[in-house]
Formats: sequence, C-alpha cells, structure tokens
Amino acid sequence: MDLSAEPRVVAMGVDILADALAAQAVEVRRIDWRPPLDGDALIRVLADPRRRAANEQALAAMLSAGAMLVDIRPASEALGLKPGEFLHAGPPISWERASGPLRGALIGAMLLEGLVTGSEEAEAALSAGHVELEPCHHRGAVGPMAGVISSSMWVFELHDPANGGTAFCPLNEGLGKVLRYGAYSPDVIERLRWMNTVLGPALRAAVRQHGPVDVKSIIAQMVQMGDEGHNRNRAGTLLLLRELLPDLVDTALAETLGAVVRFVASNDHFFLNLVMPAGKLQTSAAAGIEGSSVVTTMARNGTDFGIQVSGLGERWFTGSAQVPEGLFLGTYGPDDANPDIGDSAIAETMGLGGFVMASAPAIVQFVGGSVPDAIRTTKSMYEITVGENPAFSLPILDFRGAPTGIDVVAVVKTGVLPQINTGMAGKVAGTGQVGAGLVKPPAECFVQALAALAEAAPDPFVAG
Amino acid sequence: MYPGLGVRRHLEVRAGVYRDSVSLMQASRRIGAEPGVRSALVAMATELNIELLVGMGFHAPAGASANDMVVAVEADGEEQLAGAVATLDELLAQRRIDGEGQAFPDPLPRTIRAAAAGATLALISTPGQYAAADAFEALDAGLDVMLFSDNVPVGPEIALKRAAAIRGRLVMGPDCGTAVLGGVGLGFANVVRPGPIGLVAASGTGAQQLMCLFDAAGLGISHCLGVGGRDLSEEVGGRSTLAALDLLASDAATERVVVVSKPPAPAVADAVRARIADLDLPIDLALLGPGRPTLTDVAERVVRAAGRRWTAPRQWSAPAIRQRRPGALRGLFSGGTLCAEAGFVVSERLGAVRSNIASDAASALPDDLRSDGHLVIDFGDDVLTRGRPHPMIDNTLRVDRILDEGSDPACAVLLVDVVLGHGAHPNPAAELAPALATARENAARGDRDLAVVVSLTGTAADPQGLDRQVAALQAAGASIHLSNADAARTAADLVAG
Repeated sequence: MDLSAEPRVVAMGVDILADALAAQAVEVRRIDWRPPLDGDALIRVLADPRRRAANEQALAAMLSAGAMLVDIRPASEALGLKPGEFLHAGPPISWERASGPLRGALIGAMLLEGLVTGSEEAEAALSAGHVELEPCHHRGAVGPMAGVISSSMWVFELHDPANGGTAFCPLNEGLGKVLRYGAYSPDVIERLRWMNTVLGPALRAAVRQHGPVDVKSIIAQMVQMGDEGHNRNRAGTLLLLRELLPDLVDTALAETLGAVVRFVASNDHFFLNLVMPAGKLQTSAAAGIEGSSVVTTMARNGTDFGIQVSGLGERWFTGSAQVPEGLFLGTYGPDDANPDIGDSAIAETMGLGGFVMASAPAIVQFVGGSVPDAIRTTKSMYEITVGENPAFSLPILDFRGAPTGIDVVAVVKTGVLPQINTGMAGKVAGTGQVGAGLVKPPAECFVQALAALAEAAPDPFVAG
Repeated sequence: MYPGLGVRRHLEVRAGVYRDSVSLMQASRRIGAEPGVRSALVAMATELNIELLVGMGFHAPAGASANDMVVAVEADGEEQLAGAVATLDELLAQRRIDGEGQAFPDPLPRTIRAAAAGATLALISTPGQYAAADAFEALDAGLDVMLFSDNVPVGPEIALKRAAAIRGRLVMGPDCGTAVLGGVGLGFANVVRPGPIGLVAASGTGAQQLMCLFDAAGLGISHCLGVGGRDLSEEVGGRSTLAALDLLASDAATERVVVVSKPPAPAVADAVRARIADLDLPIDLALLGPGRPTLTDVAERVVRAAGRRWTAPRQWSAPAIRQRRPGALRGLFSGGTLCAEAGFVVSERLGAVRSNIASDAASALPDDLRSDGHLVIDFGDDVLTRGRPHPMIDNTLRVDRILDEGSDPACAVLLVDVVLGHGAHPNPAAELAPALATARENAARGDRDLAVVVSLTGTAADPQGLDRQVAALQAAGASIHLSNADAARTAADLVAG
C-alpha cells in the first residue's frame, strides 16, 4: 500500500459505499457482482499457493505452442487404429447412451471399414458391444461433431515444435449429409472412400513436397479476416489452399487435381479440421500442471458435455449437453436438433470460436446475434480467462489478443460460462446437419471440477 | 366491510436477476410505501428471504435459488398491485450502465481483475459467505483490500491475511467499517481535518469517535487503517495490525499512532509491543475494556501529548430532563464499540447491564433482546445484520425499538448513538428524532418523563450537517454529547439512585 498516493478504488458490493466515494470525488469503478455458482470450494482453491504460478505456467505453455502440419496419413498408421476400433468425440460413452448422430456415424464407419454389409448388422454388432469405443482426446486426436475416426480414414498430423506434442484430426467432409453429422447413406460412404483413396494421398504428396505448413500462422491471419475458427473458416480454407496449391499442381495426377481442388475450395469448413488439432496442441501443452485451474479440454459426445482441467490430470467432469440456440436449415426446427456434440469446442478452449466473435461480425446473425453482442461476448470471455494470446489478435478490439486459458475458478466465481459457436446435428441417426448456433456448457462441469481442485489443494486454514 | 375483501397478491420469481441486498431493501421499502400496498418483499431468494416470504403468508416458490430474485406484493386491489410492480420495474431499470452512448458500450466488469488496471484498492461489501473469495480475487489482481463485509469465517480471514503478507498487500477487515486513506473516507468515515495522527483500528466506530474528538480539538488525521475486529485474536495473530504499523511508521505524514482495539490475546499483545519497540514512532494503545480508559480519555491523552489544548467535548443539554428518575436504562446503538464502551461506563455506575455483545453469559441478552433491567444493544452485531443493511444505513430496527421502549413502563432513560459521515444514512435525525419524540409523548401519557440521551459521533464537515442533526434531536427533547463516554455517564446518572 502506498499511503502517499490517493487511492483509486474498485468497489464490489453495495452501491452506497461506492456512492460515498463518488461524493468525495474519488475515482471508483463498480463491479457487477453476482453470487458464485458455488461458494464453498472457491476459497480453498483461491488460497492454494500453487494456483497463480501454475496458471501462469499453463498460459505460457499455451502461448508458446506452435502447430505445424507435417503429414497426412491413414489413422491405422498415425494412430495405430485397428479395424473394429473407433474413436469418437467428447468424453467416454457407451453405445447404449450414445445419441442419434453418434450412432449414425458409428454405423457409417462400420460400413466404410467393410465390417458389416448393412446398417442393421452394424447396429446389432455395436449394441452387442463387439467394437471398441474410445474418445479421440485419449489418443491425442480431435474430431468435429460425432468425431468418429476409423482405421482407414486419413488424418492430418500436426506437430508442436515448442512443446513436442503431436495431434491428429480427420479430413473435413463438407456440409449437409456427412458422417460427422450422423449420416451414413451410400453417397456419404462413397465420399469417404474417395477421401481415403484420392483426397488424402493427393494432399499428402503436396504437404510432403511443401514441407511443414504453419497452421498457427494461418489461424492468426484468418482471425483478422473475419473467421472465428469454429463456425466460419472461409478465409482459413482459402489461405491453406493458397499455400498448398502450387505443390498440388506439381504432384497431383492430372485426372484428380481438379476434383481435389474443387472439393477443398468448395468447403468453407475444410480448415476447421486444422484449427482443431492446432487447438489440441495448444491446450495439451498446458495439461498436467499441478494446482492449475485452467481448462484444457471442452468436448461433447452428443449426450454429455465434458471438461478436463490442467491440475486434475485425465479426469472428465461432465454434465448434460445442452441443445444449441440458433438458426435452422430448411424446415428443420429446435425439435429436430440433437444436444451439443463434437470435439470442436477445442476452438473455444484455445481462445477462438465464440471467444473471438468480435472478430467475425459477418456471421453474428447466423448464430442469432448483433455486432455489439459479439463484441460484448468476447469482452466477457476476458473475465473468465487467465490471459490473452498476442498471436491471435483482434483488430476491432485494437488488436487485443484472444481471451485464452479458461479458468474454472473464474467461471464458478462469476457464473459467466464459456460461449461456444457450434453446428447442430439432427437427433435422428442418419439425418445430418440441421442448423448452427450458440451453446454453453452445463455449469455443473465447472462446479465439479472446482470441488476436485479444492480436494487437491492443501488445507488453507492450518496455522503456519 | 369484510377485512381482506379485495386483497390481491402477486408472487413472481425473476430467474437470474441479481441486485445487492441494500438496493433491494430500499426497493422493498419504496414499494411498501406505495398507496394501497399492504406489504412488499423484493429480495434474492435466499433461505432467509424465503422464510420472510412464508412469514408474509406466501408459498415458497419451487426451485428458486439465491441467484433468482423473488417479488412478493400484497395490495388492496389489482390496480395498486400493478402500480407497485411498475414502480419496481422502474427502480430496477435505474441501474447505472457505464459507457452509455458509446458505439459498443462495455458492460460493467464482472471481476475485479477486469477493472484493476490503475486501481490501488478494492472495497468489498459482498455477502459474508462469498466475500473472502472476492478479497482473494482483489489480492490476485495486485490490490490492497478493504473488506467491509461481516460474517466472514475466521479460517478464510487467516488464509487471506497470510496471502496478503506474501504479496505485500494490506487486508483491512473483515468487518472493517471505517478507513481513511490520505483524506479519503472509505466505508463509514467522518470528514476530518488532515494532520499527524495515524490510526490502526480493530474497531470502526471506536476509530470514528477518536477521529471526531481529535478533529474537535483541532488535531488531524494522516490515515486510519482498519484491521478487522478479530485481527488481534490469537488465531489471526495481529497480521494486519503489524502490517499497518509498519506502513504508518514509514509514512511521512504520520507523527503519532493510536491503536484502538479490544485488549488483544496475550501472545498477540507481546508481538504488538515488540513491534512498537522496534519502530521509531510514538504509539498509544487504546485498549477498550471494563475499568480501562474510555475513548474520550485516550483522545485527551493523545491531544495533550501532541501538544494541543484539550477542552471537554461539546454537549447540548436538555433542561427538561435533569432530575433523576427510577427505572431502567436502555441503550440502542448502531456502533459496536460505542455500545461496548457505554456498557462498561454504565455498569461501573449501575451494576448489571445486559447486552447482546456481552462477553460473559450472565450478562447476555436472550435472543428476543428483551430484559426488565438495564441493557445496551448493538444493532450492528453480525447476527442482527444478516440479510439486512447496517443500522447506520437503515434505522428501521432502532426506530421500532425506540417506540417499544416509549411504551415500556420500566424504561426511564433511552441512550441512542447517531453516527454521521460518508456511507452513513443521509439524515439519521430525520428518522430517529420523530421516533424519540413519539416515545417521549407515549411515556408522558403514562405519566413517565422518559429521558433521551444521544451520543453523536460526527464533525462539522460531515455531509449530514452536524448542526442540523443536533437541532432536530434537541427538538425531540434529547441531550446530545460528542463524547460517547459522557453520554453514557449522563444517562447512567439520570437513573442512579
């Protein structure tokens, strides 16, 4: 305390005390205080002497993380997936509890792998428990929507030179009736086969000739070009194409080049599947730091929303996934939508998506808001994050960095929940995408995680 | 006419709408005063408030939590009911929004961190069960803390003060009602002249009384650092007191220091004495207790030691009530230390005095705060402020009790404190004086001459206007004393056989 300087006061609580300062012409800033989601565990975690340094370390690791696209290969090689083993989005789940889109995607993947001849046979095998289900996150992978990865699918392989991590994500199929939204009709399977036999090998040849592609740098540029990296990836996709096109032209077979380029260029979300593994690299760099309350994973399987926290290892803290609010395609409506699904909330976990809505004014109406709403959303995300990422800077906020490193403590204390931009899958298996909008995690994930952090913290009230 | 005919009720839960308890109390009072409104409660749906609601005859709304606002109104008819709800909506809409008129107005910050850039101090007055977490947030943001909130458990207080020591910050509180930093009053603070005296205060109203007595004697204040009422207990170990002494010792403006507190735990007293011996600064200990010097005695000692002339604190006597009368003394206080000091002074003269803040069980008042004999009540005690504003802000409880005492044949003398300054009620005499006058009238109807003695803590520069307060209280028949000890002595002498 510097007694020689006039105090400049932040006031939290009853207004009359702030009024009394204002009456003395003292500078006073008022806080819009609300009761926390849960009071008891907060003080234990706040008093944990490890927390501040641990969170600073987590933030530093996140900011240092790079993301280089180094290769594209089949999941059987890259992830060691065997036929009959399937990865899926979100926290662990059984077939019995799986939602429509996840079931649809698993049926489709069984068909793609040639393990069954029809959807009924696939369902029978899945419900009999004859297949291995595991979260993508457990293998360093991420998958959008249902997030199903099977052995023959080709995946991007990204490397973080600063922290040594590796992350994987399948190739994006496009919009509409696609496997990740739970569709498994013959055209869906046929497209996946083409991706395995034509698209994957062509992109691999181009990447190998080009050398590692700096995905983090493309993300930094896309955020300044109106993309938020979750529901809008148009600039990112074009920047990737610009980067790889000469090498594609050099290496691709003349008869497939047009189809490959057309496929990538016509899919505004192609680059989402590179933002996601870049996010996985960034957030895993911050994982496993004792005492840290920074969220390293937010992921949904269509039934549960789960988070993981740096200081709490591999534990998942789950609650019921919510149904997003937003706009619907065609004649679909809220009753057709499945609860929130996909690993793509890794975008928000890394500080993109809903967290940088301020930088994506072009899509605010698509997700049901106004430009001032978008700016307010981003500003409120600074209240629940430990720092800012100068690599992803937002021109409209005077180049302030993206809000980065969600703090469980701040979420529970303020009741401000992370804002996620997302697509919506139809709840009936086989439907596909029905819309897009905004969703928040269930508060109980954060309340449970805070309780676990409190348990892991040293007793703050012992003498000494 | 059938009573109850036409009575209409409105019960509504506004999910997720939050306002602080003081704003809501004020809203409840405003609506309750609307024509045709019989009762009104606007409150966060805490357990306590739901009990109040049920007490008003409403059903507890299912599923409402402390994060939801509940609105309950009972009125004479639909029209009055609608009027009350419309008034409420207007009151709630009057909330300040910073940055209005900007292209993209910022919402008010939700965290201290978001507002901390350039700030030096966090003034926290959130509910006690959450306030320690808020104080931690302030320390993490690099700020010193004044923790006004009461009902903060001692465990978190210790954790906070330990963390503050590591970060080189000062935690004033919890339950810190008063601080003055370089002329800026925080919480309840009188407007006093600048000067050489630094205060370290475990007692808010004790510090206010000292500052006002110093001010009246022409002696000014450099800073008053609050430490919280429990700081000098064995558990807390005087952490904030020691830190505050160090700060004042290195402050250029401070020449003498007074520590005002209850007598500390023995081990803590040793630590404080050892620190005082290390510091090159004259330090007075004003340790309040039975048989010890009063705040006025301390003020006199300090004023003389500072080389100033001491004159007895001013008083305005009430000629009508000079003679002694048999009966009980009833002290109704808003200031905890003023109440305790009055209790010590009165019991020296009258023997047993019961109180809700008595340290021994024999002198404790029962929960209904009633007793036939002499009593002093601290209406600012934690138990009585749970879920309602401090009695220095809201006079309701004391006004009710003053009126009750007027009708109690046993009551011969009313002793009431009035505390002025920033943060306190803008015109306490406007509410207390009419109640005192009514109590005296009611007593007179029962052939009693009820004497009223007021202990007035304030300065001529206080926003309420010292003269205006004195005039209103005098008109109600009270004698008024700037020295709390004098007031207590005068009141005791009026009933002493």
